Amino acid sequence: MTILRTDHITMKFGGLTAVSDLNLEIPENGIVGLIGPNGAGKTTVFNMITGVYAPTTGNIVFDKKDITGIKSHLITKSGIARTFQNIRLFKDLTVLDNVMIANHLRLKSNIISSVLRTPDYRAKEDHILKKSLLLLEEVGLIEYKDDKASSLPYGKQRKLEIARALATEPKLLLLDEPAAGMNPQESIELMEFVKEIRGKFDLSILMIEHHMQVIMGVCEKIYVLDYGVNIAEGNPYEIQNNPKVIEAYLGVDE
Amino acid sequence: MFNKKNLYRMGLILLTVIVLAILNSVLGKYQVRILNLAGIYIVLGLSLNLINGFTGLFSLGHAGFMAIGAYTSALLTMSAVQKQANFFVQPIVPWLANIELGFLPAMMIGGIVSAIIGALLAAPILRLKDDYLAIATLGFGEIIRVIFTNTQSLTNGALGLKGLTRFTNVPYSWGIALLTIIFMFSLRRSSYGKAFMAIREDEIAAEAMGIDLFKHKLLAFTIGSFFAGVGGALLAHLMGTIDPLMFRFLMTFNILLIVVLGGIGSISGTVISAIIVTVSMEALRFLDSAINLGFVVIPSVPGMRMVLFSMLLMLVILFYQHGLMGRDEITLDTLGGFFGKFKKKEA
Repeated sequence: MTILRTDHITMKFGGLTAVSDLNLEIPENGIVGLIGPNGAGKTTVFNMITGVYAPTTGNIVFDKKDITGIKSHLITKSGIARTFQNIRLFKDLTVLDNVMIANHLRLKSNIISSVLRTPDYRAKEDHILKKSLLLLEEVGLIEYKDDKASSLPYGKQRKLEIARALATEPKLLLLDEPAAGMNPQESIELMEFVKEIRGKFDLSILMIEHHMQVIMGVCEKIYVLDYGVNIAEGNPYEIQNNPKVIEAYLGVDE
Repeated sequence: MFNKKNLYRMGLILLTVIVLAILNSVLGKYQVRILNLAGIYIVLGLSLNLINGFTGLFSLGHAGFMAIGAYTSALLTMSAVQKQANFFVQPIVPWLANIELGFLPAMMIGGIVSAIIGALLAAPILRLKDDYLAIATLGFGEIIRVIFTNTQSLTNGALGLKGLTRFTNVPYSWGIALLTIIFMFSLRRSSYGKAFMAIREDEIAAEAMGIDLFKHKLLAFTIGSFFAGVGGALLAHLMGTIDPLMFRFLMTFNILLIVVLGGIGSISGTVISAIIVTVSMEALRFLDSAINLGFVVIPSVPGMRMVLFSMLLMLVILFYQHGLMGRDEITLDTLGGFFGKFKKKEA
């Protein structure tokens, strides 16, 4: 079963083709990697999937529905959540609030009953609170719940960003360089964490990563982009031995 | 419902009401007027704080919304005779000539009209961000003023409206102020309030978390406009006279001053600074008249007070950007902690 399929998507910015004719297929409950040198168009792929950009041509099908060109917040609602390359937490708010905000999209109360705190709203808020605390406990951030998000150490901020994405109840999670800036120890922990949440939350993961150890360690399938073109796909072993990939990363003797 | 915290809250409100009642009966006419003004500026400050402080939309059109609320409520409370007396250049439009409502419904309608116009305005301009939004809203405020100056048969143009019944008293101004404070605290605590703050913190992340940016910005802007309209209505019926010049940018500036001094995004900060600014605006009136320093006499300069306030604003922005409270609040917990310290000392 495929959860997400991109059908020949191309993204052009004026004369520049950032991504060209890309076909991704992410199996349900799978962990897929997207790698490539800097500027290869990886984040552009994320932005197309999450509705930040509408692809110039091609379609994106998620969970059997065409989501091409739909607004960002509606895509999140349909079950795709993401993290960002440069962490984008709600810095001035508490860790708990960060996670609770991610539940807002599923809240079925209007603003009047929220302000008046009707029993119905309070029950919903209580549910969100309990759910958020449980989530923080599961990812091991419960002790920081009342701290400002910006006061967390870097690795924990990355984790919180993933937790916040999980709170939107996604079926597909997009991780944009989750191991960036982490030391080897933290990277290994992250690998374990990614595998763990896949099982616990029953989701599929697409991740961009430069850290080869992480990519090779967790991904079942890898796509390689170079200058917006998909030059290889396959399992970690195939990718490591693919001459085109080696050429893209290391260059070739003339 | 009746847990300890709610009981404390009730007690705090009751205490405020008692203090206000005492002040109302003890103070002279002039001081009571300042008390009323303080209440009104709390409403206005909080409404701008919702837009600027919570949601992070830099709006400078507040005076425009106040004008809408002020004029709407004034036209609704004036009697047919009053209207005839005011509109001597050009008679008032017939559908307004004979309407006369009580103060409270007129004020609410003023707020609602202001909210509707706020929403209509917000729909196109909320696509803009930061300084562009500020310029667009600033322009809107001026447009409203110019329209009101030129719609002779609707607003009496530059002549303004005179002889309004002075309905605004302490129960009205502070009653509405207290309701606004409670509303803002409750909103801030709610899921919607958190969503507003998420937009302020990071729009891109907020949208990625499934928050409909447009809908939430529109909501914040509309609610803010409503309270600005209500504040305008209260002000109109305190002054007794309104004219378009009253709602110049200077009015927005005064409210912005309150919000910035109090700490952008803090409810308690806005409340405290609204009171301080209103009182000191009056207390510093002597600055506008000639000052004799003994060796030299500074001639009277009208508007000297504003120079002082502008300097204060600059100093705050340069050296103390958080304002009085930052984004913190005085809550029951902090109050408890504060008084707890005293108790410990005694023991």
